[in-house]
Amino acid sequence: MATILANNDNVDITMPELKFDITRVRQDFPTLNQSINACPLVYLDSGATTQKPQCVIDTTAKFYTDENANVHRGRHTLSENATIQYENVRAQTATYFGVNSSEIVWTKGATEAINLVANGLRKQVTANDTIIITPIEHHANLVPWQVLAQQTGAKLAAMPLNKDGTFDTELCLKFIKKQKPAIVAISHVSNALGNITDLPAIIECAKSLGAIVVVDGAQSAMHLKPNLKILDCDFYVFSAHKMIGPTGVGGLYGRYELLNDLTPYQTGGEMIQTVTLYESVYRDAPAKFESGTPNIAGITAFGAALSYLSQFRHAEIFEHEQAVFNYAHSRLAKIDGIYLYSSIKNNIGTLCFNYKDEHPFDLATLLDGYGVAVRAGHHCTQPLMAHLGINGSVRASFAFYNNYSDVDKFIDALQACIAILD
Amino acid sequence: MTNTFNKVSESIRSASVWQQKYREIMLLGKTLPSLPTALKIDDALVPGCESKVWMYVEFDLTENVLVVAGDSDTRIVKGLLALILALYNGLTPEQVLQVNAYNEFEKLGLISHLSPSRGNGIKAMVEKIQTMAKQN
Repeated sequence: MATILANNDNVDITMPELKFDITRVRQDFPTLNQSINACPLVYLDSGATTQKPQCVIDTTAKFYTDENANVHRGRHTLSENATIQYENVRAQTATYFGVNSSEIVWTKGATEAINLVANGLRKQVTANDTIIITPIEHHANLVPWQVLAQQTGAKLAAMPLNKDGTFDTELCLKFIKKQKPAIVAISHVSNALGNITDLPAIIECAKSLGAIVVVDGAQSAMHLKPNLKILDCDFYVFSAHKMIGPTGVGGLYGRYELLNDLTPYQTGGEMIQTVTLYESVYRDAPAKFESGTPNIAGITAFGAALSYLSQFRHAEIFEHEQAVFNYAHSRLAKIDGIYLYSSIKNNIGTLCFNYKDEHPFDLATLLDGYGVAVRAGHHCTQPLMAHLGINGSVRASFAFYNNYSDVDKFIDALQACIAILD
Repeated sequence: MTNTFNKVSESIRSASVWQQKYREIMLLGKTLPSLPTALKIDDALVPGCESKVWMYVEFDLTENVLVVAGDSDTRIVKGLLALILALYNGLTPEQVLQVNAYNEFEKLGLISHLSPSRGNGIKAMVEKIQTMAKQN
């Protein structure tokens, strides 16, 4: 079994002084300041969705209260202002990722963005092509490629993965060279484990062989704030709600020439240049992928989320998350009977674990009794769970608004739950 | 309400703290015989659950009663299943329709386990039992 019995007395429990003003940050997130089942909420499910700062909530309300209008349509003041704001957020997002505005397409989330790419590539993929997928992928970055393979006759090939759920980069490069893929679809960070993939080497190798590299950035967009021009992937997808923004908003970055070559899989208004009864001419990217009225309020509020994040240096956020994560895993490792599946090195701050042979559902149910919110189950990664030889696990995923006290409450609650189960 | 249900739920009713309530639920689960492996098949799985729940709801024509059996790979859900079984097993279809599992779970302080978001299969099981009762 690919698990490590995490009972290592040599692990130092260190709590370096936190540099950024975590008390103030926590006050900005109203959801965090409440009791669940008469205990202070300990929110450790940011991998599923992050909490929202007050400015994001206020921006949503302000949009519907004072600013509501459709974009790219009316010539009236409200519509023009809404359009300016909407396009400003696109520019803000492009700046966040170090790319051009025209390379950002709005979607309703990372899942839709992957579907957009997979469907958009259909005309370019043939039965002779190979699509590399990996065993760590979220189902959202697997199923669309399975469908594409079925539709085109292309072959799917799964990247080799170590027993412990990490990649051996050398083996990956060998595999890529052997497969000569047309497409490589890979996560920047495993949603179940939090492990960070060594992407630069993989991307360089795949692209040198002419492959298109599609990166699932749902878990990395906030925690790692990647510069996508430096990362040099061809496509990258993200979800606003995992970046302290609203649900129902996400996006796709695509290298412009490749993006513009994709075939739109949704058609309708706003994406066309001219329409006659029998045929239409599409506009260029990104407009041609944005038919219909978008989530204007959500996108506007996402702008507030990005502004909120931009008040910190990213290194500050990352350092803080790492300090809390290191403290958490060192405390978790002291508990007898814990199996830890997450890698401790190169991790965004996710602890994927089980306790003895207890069902993760039971542990998560009891943890909720103590106000601790975690996820239990297969985390939409059934192939990874099968690879690890488990049916599921408990996942505690941290974000920059978590503090040492959250870790203490979580560990105390976990020990109390274990006492109930034992 | 059936006597069986009152008897099995007594310990849960009298638990003073939630921790004790869950202990009792899990103990109750232990008393429920496991389904034979041959019956733990995918066709019997309640779909969309975070935990695995296998369930069989049959109508016994000779006795005119419902026969319910089930199992789960989690201890809490198995305990909740035991409650459902105690609530409905051996009742005639008319009696089944008189029983309101939601009220009973509410009284036990367990209503959240019948919420659609829990995904533990208990709600689906109650619905299947009710449907079966209406058809017979």
